[in-house]
Amino acid sequence: MDRTTIDLWVGIFVALGVAALLGLAMKVGNLTSSKIGETYSVTAAFENVGSLKPHAPVKSAGVVVGRVDNITFDASTYEAIVNIKIDKRYAFPKDTFANIYTAGLLGEQYVGLEAGGDVDTLKNGDKITQTQDAVVLEKMIGQFLFSKASEAKADIKDTEPKAKAASASKSANVKSTELGDAPF
Amino acid sequence: MIKSKLLLSITNILRGIGKRMIERIWRLGAGARLFFLTIIYSGESFRRFHLTLREIYFTGVMSLLIIIVSAFFVGMVLALQGYNTLQKYGSSEAIGVLVALSLVRELGPVVTALLFAGRAGTAITAEIGLMKTTEQLSAMEMMAVNPIARVVAPRFWAGVISMPILAALFSMVGILGGYLVAVPLIGVDDGAFWSQMQANVDVRADIVNGVIKSVVFGIACTMIALFEGFDAPPTAEGVSRATTRTVVISSLTVLGLDFVLTSFMLVI
Repeated sequence: MDRTTIDLWVGIFVALGVAALLGLAMKVGNLTSSKIGETYSVTAAFENVGSLKPHAPVKSAGVVVGRVDNITFDASTYEAIVNIKIDKRYAFPKDTFANIYTAGLLGEQYVGLEAGGDVDTLKNGDKITQTQDAVVLEKMIGQFLFSKASEAKADIKDTEPKAKAASASKSANVKSTELGDAPF
Repeated sequence: MIKSKLLLSITNILRGIGKRMIERIWRLGAGARLFFLTIIYSGESFRRFHLTLREIYFTGVMSLLIIIVSAFFVGMVLALQGYNTLQKYGSSEAIGVLVALSLVRELGPVVTALLFAGRAGTAITAEIGLMKTTEQLSAMEMMAVNPIARVVAPRFWAGVISMPILAALFSMVGILGGYLVAVPLIGVDDGAFWSQMQANVDVRADIVNGVIKSVVFGIACTMIALFEGFDAPPTAEGVSRATTRTVVISSLTVLGLDFVLTSFMLVI
């Protein structure tokens, strides 16, 4: 086999390798998905961000509109300050609601934006005031067990069952509304 | 009488173990010496790059078919098995992550290295062993041509260059195979397959580490094949034994190195 044929084949081989590496980096890794065009950044304070990470998607109505830029801790209010970069094309009202959701039962966490009705829109550097924390599974299980236990107790005793159950469900209600008046 | 016989057999066993150990260590030292000599004399394989290109053709290009076909099947099997288990937990969308991570982190570099040892390593050992048997290497030395610079170094660099390329191809083709099974065949959502993969595969921690692994495996596999060929007794039996040893030692070394490298990478 002469030299030019070998050169050609080796060239094809190396090109395939480079293409595979680029494909891995672009299609499989997240080199491209983290860059979105022009953005403006807003902040939102959460009491608990759960396992939200930088570069997590920011979605509105299920569509990715931005990315989480960074997450810092505010030592004066003991809250997590999440810096969000939103695509310039999308303007959100000032009273937009920011939630931290989980994709699926055990999936990654993302920020969900739910637009309010305000006429003014969020500007660069604004702060989203209405937020809802990440759901902490342990807390939820704890609440569930607590309410279950009190239900069971009420069933066994069978004395003043109505009042107990009512108070338990009431306290659960209070807890959930405490997290924020989410529009759902 | 019986006692002394027993003692003798025990000492014989011990002596055998000691002899084997010493031989192994001697071979390790000789291999390391060949490695350093190869590095020192590798100038020529870059100055006359067509020598290396030729070897890349024989080790890399000729291995393409086996790598691509096996990658395809490995990816498909991963998707099938992964779906079977993930579906029990209602998270079959994570199949993309499973296929991509297991290929990029582990299976890509390791299986490529194992196939490489079987496909290219044996060829290198047999070729050099036969060159030695037919006294081509001695003839080169007679003509003041350094056989390490002329024969060993180009093959070494060809292996080191080919392995990461083959491993990257393996991972990519494997992911495509997994995609083919997961999306059109099983019916996992197309977008979820890629987006979950992109969200969970990190370029630095997963892809670059996989490439580093494949480079290390390339050095190890090629060097073992070269040394076995260079060290083979100049007989037909010697060459055949050296070829077998290449596969066995390369495979064990790759699997051992994989554990060591992975534990390093997870710590850092």
